[in-house]
Amino acid sequence: MNLVLSEPQRAAAAPVAVEPVVEILSAEKIFANGFRGLAPIDLAVGRGEFVSLIGPSGCGKSTLLKLIANLIEPSDGKIMWWRGPFDAVGKAGRQLAFVFQEPTLMPWARVARNVRLPLDFLRLPKAKSEQRVRAALEQVDLLPAARAYPRQLSGGMKMRVSIARAMVTEPDLLLMDEPFGALDEFTRNRLDEDLVRLSWQRHLTTVFVTHSIYEAVFLSSRIVVMAANPGRVFAEFSVDEPYPRDENFRESERFASRCRDLSALLTEASFASRKVGP
Amino acid sequence: MTPLAQRAWFWPVVAPIGVGVLLLVGWQAMCDYFEIPPYLFPSPKAIVTAFLDDYPTLLHALWSTLKITFQAFALAVVLGSLTAFIFVQSRVIELSLLPYAVLLQVTPIVAVAPLLIILVKNTPVALTLCATVVAIFPIISNTTIGLRTIDPGLLSYFRMNKVGRAETLIRLRIPSALPFFMAGMRISSGLALIGAVVAEFVAGTGGRSAGLAYEILQSGFQLDIPRMFAALFLITLTGVVLFAAMIGLQQMLLGHWHESALKGET
Ligand SMILES: Nc1ncnc2c1ncn2[C@@H]1O[C@H](COP(=O)(O)OP(=O)(O)OP(=O)(O)O)[C@@H](O)[C@H]1O
Ligand SMILES: [Mg+2]
Repeated sequence: MNLVLSEPQRAAAAPVAVEPVVEILSAEKIFANGFRGLAPIDLAVGRGEFVSLIGPSGCGKSTLLKLIANLIEPSDGKIMWWRGPFDAVGKAGRQLAFVFQEPTLMPWARVARNVRLPLDFLRLPKAKSEQRVRAALEQVDLLPAARAYPRQLSGGMKMRVSIARAMVTEPDLLLMDEPFGALDEFTRNRLDEDLVRLSWQRHLTTVFVTHSIYEAVFLSSRIVVMAANPGRVFAEFSVDEPYPRDENFRESERFASRCRDLSALLTEASFASRKVGP
Repeated sequence: MTPLAQRAWFWPVVAPIGVGVLLLVGWQAMCDYFEIPPYLFPSPKAIVTAFLDDYPTLLHALWSTLKITFQAFALAVVLGSLTAFIFVQSRVIELSLLPYAVLLQVTPIVAVAPLLIILVKNTPVALTLCATVVAIFPIISNTTIGLRTIDPGLLSYFRMNKVGRAETLIRLRIPSALPFFMAGMRISSGLALIGAVVAEFVAGTGGRSAGLAYEILQSGFQLDIPRMFAALFLITLTGVVLFAAMIGLQQMLLGHWHESALKGET
């Protein structure tokens, strides 16, 4: 397995030139039941990077993302945000937003109030937050649905509300766990295009979990391929393509060849994920 | 314009009323045909006549029973929700107090009522307490479940945003609990009425604070069966009105978002 890995690993070894937003320093996760979810991981995400995590099911992608969101704590090692502890996250210029796999909206609140929720947490003046909510809904094309209830929306629309709720805080670090996994191909492509445009316009730093090779190549500046048993970083894969990207990139030969390379790498990662021992 | 028979409300309203009218007509016809004496089984006409003969007393009794019912219901809602809030604060509190709540629930009110009536000198207060004991349990258990049944994703979202306990309670737990709370209210309102009537039966108080149960007892002693039925119907009517009011309230609070209150829309 060492043979095939040399090429992507060289890309990984290149130091991150820009200021790191997240640094994972030998962070390891052993769950309460003794299960080793993540072997010690080292990973840095630089400012403005779009990093995707991809790998076979159960390799710890969600666990790694939760560590980055501070939803769970590492059993060993540490994580730094903007070169400091998590306490400073949430201050100006260090806003973090998390988009779950499910839309996780409040069913009793209209779309606009759902999007406003994080601003209410921040105690923003009403007039100002209304204006930002409107802008966020406009970005995801949902202004006409502002007064609807979540149950009146399609799955894709709900997901867009969830993204608007993340965008409304004008985050600096955006974490997304398979946000479009439950959507059809067409809707997913559209949302991917929206996302790539938004993150480009806003200079967002994004960590994105996905199962889709095409999605990872389309969105990312760097792809982290993970393997399971135990969960670890298997290889890293750079996508040196200029932003903003659009459907032209998706139809290009370069895109196809990147997808083939990533697919081969993923096959190796799956192979390396087989259970060892009895 | 939509024809009347195709409106959404038409059949749910008209069909039960139709059945009711048919039943009443059949009942009256049976009583007339077989010449059943009113002291065995009164006809609707006899019941209406009995009500009109004595409606000031009966309505006064209805008012007494209603007062007990509403007081008990209000008390059950307030105390029950408070208890639920205390329960969800910690497992230890819930585990140590829940058995007593269950104790209240399983002890038949008929057995407790005499004791309460002896202990509490003021009869209306004693009656209210009895009815509260009956009505409180559904509020406690439903609200507790509701406050615990929260979308784990939303809970993570609140945690990630470092939202405090009080704010999480107001913004997340209470709205999530509302459908459960409303279901508890519906059961509890009926139980408050039952509790009030049972307590009145046991207390047997007459005079100015005589309730419908007392009127039923009195009518029984005097073999005035039509009057007994009239009092009984007033109780039933109260129950129906309470139930409808609860449905209305639920519709108002949850109608736009919760499955339990959505009508004919999927
Ligand atoms: N709280 C927990 N306690 C014990 N084991 C857990 C816990 N959470 C996750 N795991 C285990 O850790 C491993 C990694 O889980 P994780 O959810 O991170 O995988 P994933 O890569 O996101 O998978 P998928 O692609 O299917 O979402 C899995 O084997 C899972 O069973
Ligand atoms: Mg996952």
